[in-house]
Amino acid sequence: MNEINFIAQQAMYFSIPLLIVALGGMFSERSGVVNIALEGIMVMGAFIGVAFLNITGDSIPGQWQLILALLVAGLSGAIFSLLHAFASINMKADQTISGTALNMFAPAFAIFVARMVQNSQNVIFNGTKFYIEKIPVLGDIPVIGPMFFQKAYITTFLGFGILIVSSIVLYRTRFGLRLRACGEHPHAADSVGINVYKIRYAGVVISGALAGIGGLVFILPTSTQFSASVAGYGFLALAVLIFGQWKPKRILFAAFFFGIMKTLANSYTGISLLKNLPISSEVYKMIPYVATLIVLAFSSKNSQAPRASGIPYDKSSR
Amino acid sequence: MRTKLSKMLGNSAVASFSSSILAIVVGLIFGLLILLFSNPSQAFQGFGTILLGGLQDGLAGMGNVIYFAVPIIMTGLSVGFAFKTGLFNIGASGQFTVGTFVAIYIGVNWTWLPGYSHWIVALFAAALAGALWGFVPGILKAVANVNEVISSIIMNYIGMYLTNMLIVKTVFDQLKNQTLPVAASAQIPKWGIDKIFPYRSVNGAILIVIFVVFIMYIVINKTTFGFELKACGKNPNASKYAGINAKKNIVLSMVIAGAISGLGGALFYLSGAGKYMQVQDIIAIEGFNGIPVALLGLSNPIGILFAGLFIGYITVGGFNLQSFDFAPQVIDIIIAAIIYFSAFALVFKNLLGRVGKKLAKREDEKDE
Repeated sequence: MNEINFIAQQAMYFSIPLLIVALGGMFSERSGVVNIALEGIMVMGAFIGVAFLNITGDSIPGQWQLILALLVAGLSGAIFSLLHAFASINMKADQTISGTALNMFAPAFAIFVARMVQNSQNVIFNGTKFYIEKIPVLGDIPVIGPMFFQKAYITTFLGFGILIVSSIVLYRTRFGLRLRACGEHPHAADSVGINVYKIRYAGVVISGALAGIGGLVFILPTSTQFSASVAGYGFLALAVLIFGQWKPKRILFAAFFFGIMKTLANSYTGISLLKNLPISSEVYKMIPYVATLIVLAFSSKNSQAPRASGIPYDKSSR
Repeated sequence: MRTKLSKMLGNSAVASFSSSILAIVVGLIFGLLILLFSNPSQAFQGFGTILLGGLQDGLAGMGNVIYFAVPIIMTGLSVGFAFKTGLFNIGASGQFTVGTFVAIYIGVNWTWLPGYSHWIVALFAAALAGALWGFVPGILKAVANVNEVISSIIMNYIGMYLTNMLIVKTVFDQLKNQTLPVAASAQIPKWGIDKIFPYRSVNGAILIVIFVVFIMYIVINKTTFGFELKACGKNPNASKYAGINAKKNIVLSMVIAGAISGLGGALFYLSGAGKYMQVQDIIAIEGFNGIPVALLGLSNPIGILFAGLFIGYITVGGFNLQSFDFAPQVIDIIIAAIIYFSAFALVFKNLLGRVGKKLAKREDEKDE
């Protein structure tokens, strides 16, 4: 039982950032803009968020500081993503190109600024103080208490919150309907008076905000310093998004599928059953990726990518 | 009479080229602004160092430029080749990594090969390994409709972990935490290049790169196969209607792209420059750096050759920049800015085209 709790707690650290960032990517792609820049935006959000934690130090009490840092990270991600929105919506640029540019810019910018300010590219922060040993009341619930409400960060609940809000926004609001219309058939949407450009801007900016938050959420439990990298999680989130077929529920499944696999791979030494098998650690590390690839091979036949995703909208073309 | 100028402005190749140049200029200005903002007193000196690039140390410096350009030109060619078929090969890193490993493995172990063939076998095997790594996303896309972006990303990770495992099992130097040195016969011959550019890491690899550029140019522009690849990229439905086997072309395109990346890994690590693979969980950066090279080179083999040399050139400038109070990452910022502005090519091209048309119209009216 302890081991299952351990896996559940560890899996959150990997799954939640993937979930948040992939949901972000969903908003962008369903509005019709491919956002390959998720990686770069995560780096930017994590960098500014961590810098915020570093600068404010102990001046803001407890969880409030984390909440503010998450807001800062989200805001910087949103602002950074405006560059992608401008290029791909106004300038009708190839979305891969501007995404690549953002991916290159963010780590270079983070290292450059960190080195100019403090002579080292590593920004140190104290994330352990946000660690919650046990949440009162909820942590005492048998079975799910230890799995979800012990040894956690508030970011776990933020992730689930974002998931619920995202599904409601996408399927139950006027904005969500318009967003989906712009990603499927922008000309039809335009003909009934929807401003395609505006909706697409909204989609990209939401993805930027979520990717920025996701960047900080990823760094928080896994490290004590930030050195301009989120270890390819932005690209993995892209994989989760496609694996999850651009739908919130399936993205949740995909994120946890990958997250649990990743947990088993990373901490198999803590699991007695796996530890005794004569398999090298590198094989374990490969398993999540191989498994994802196999699942994809069987589930991609009827891929449901938004039809207009990646195509710049031009009013004058038919 | 239409003048040369109006004709030139209407020409799309000229427009593409000039939009790339414009992006470079704007990107460099952006870099200057960053320098001015962070350290105004040294900004112009620093900027001069960037512009001087590899030339600061004369021909030796240019040798350094070539050394850095070789791998990114190869991964750039790889990405560019796949772009021609409408595929985004973000997996150049994984292909590069497995190619590198195979080249080193053969370089260290297969010393029984006759000297003159050792390095050639290593290069071919590296290309083969890279091809295999490109084949997987290709076949998955063709048969099971798996998005090539995500399968290539995944193949990057699998390649990295597999290589790490195999290095430790086969060619590992425990003390130095890196691969064993390859035999001298596995190193690419110098062919006198080191006489022109007196820099110890420079060798015949650049000639092989130029050869690959030439072959790729011929394949894309002068063969039926190249035409089919481009047709699939431009309009999959039309090419299907015309009887082109799109699935076969997708697989072949990824296989060739993978082979080029794998070969790039071998060319970089068999250079005798004291470069070793290390066991670490980091995806090879050379693969990702191929993407901007391909984009800047407009997926044209010759364009990619020059784009790679250009990026190598300012990267060396970035190293020299460290003699001032600047972090060399300003180069990556400049490259990112250049890529970003090159994305505006369409707008710029339309603008040029419109100016060209106006000029032509005015000239036509004059004739009447």
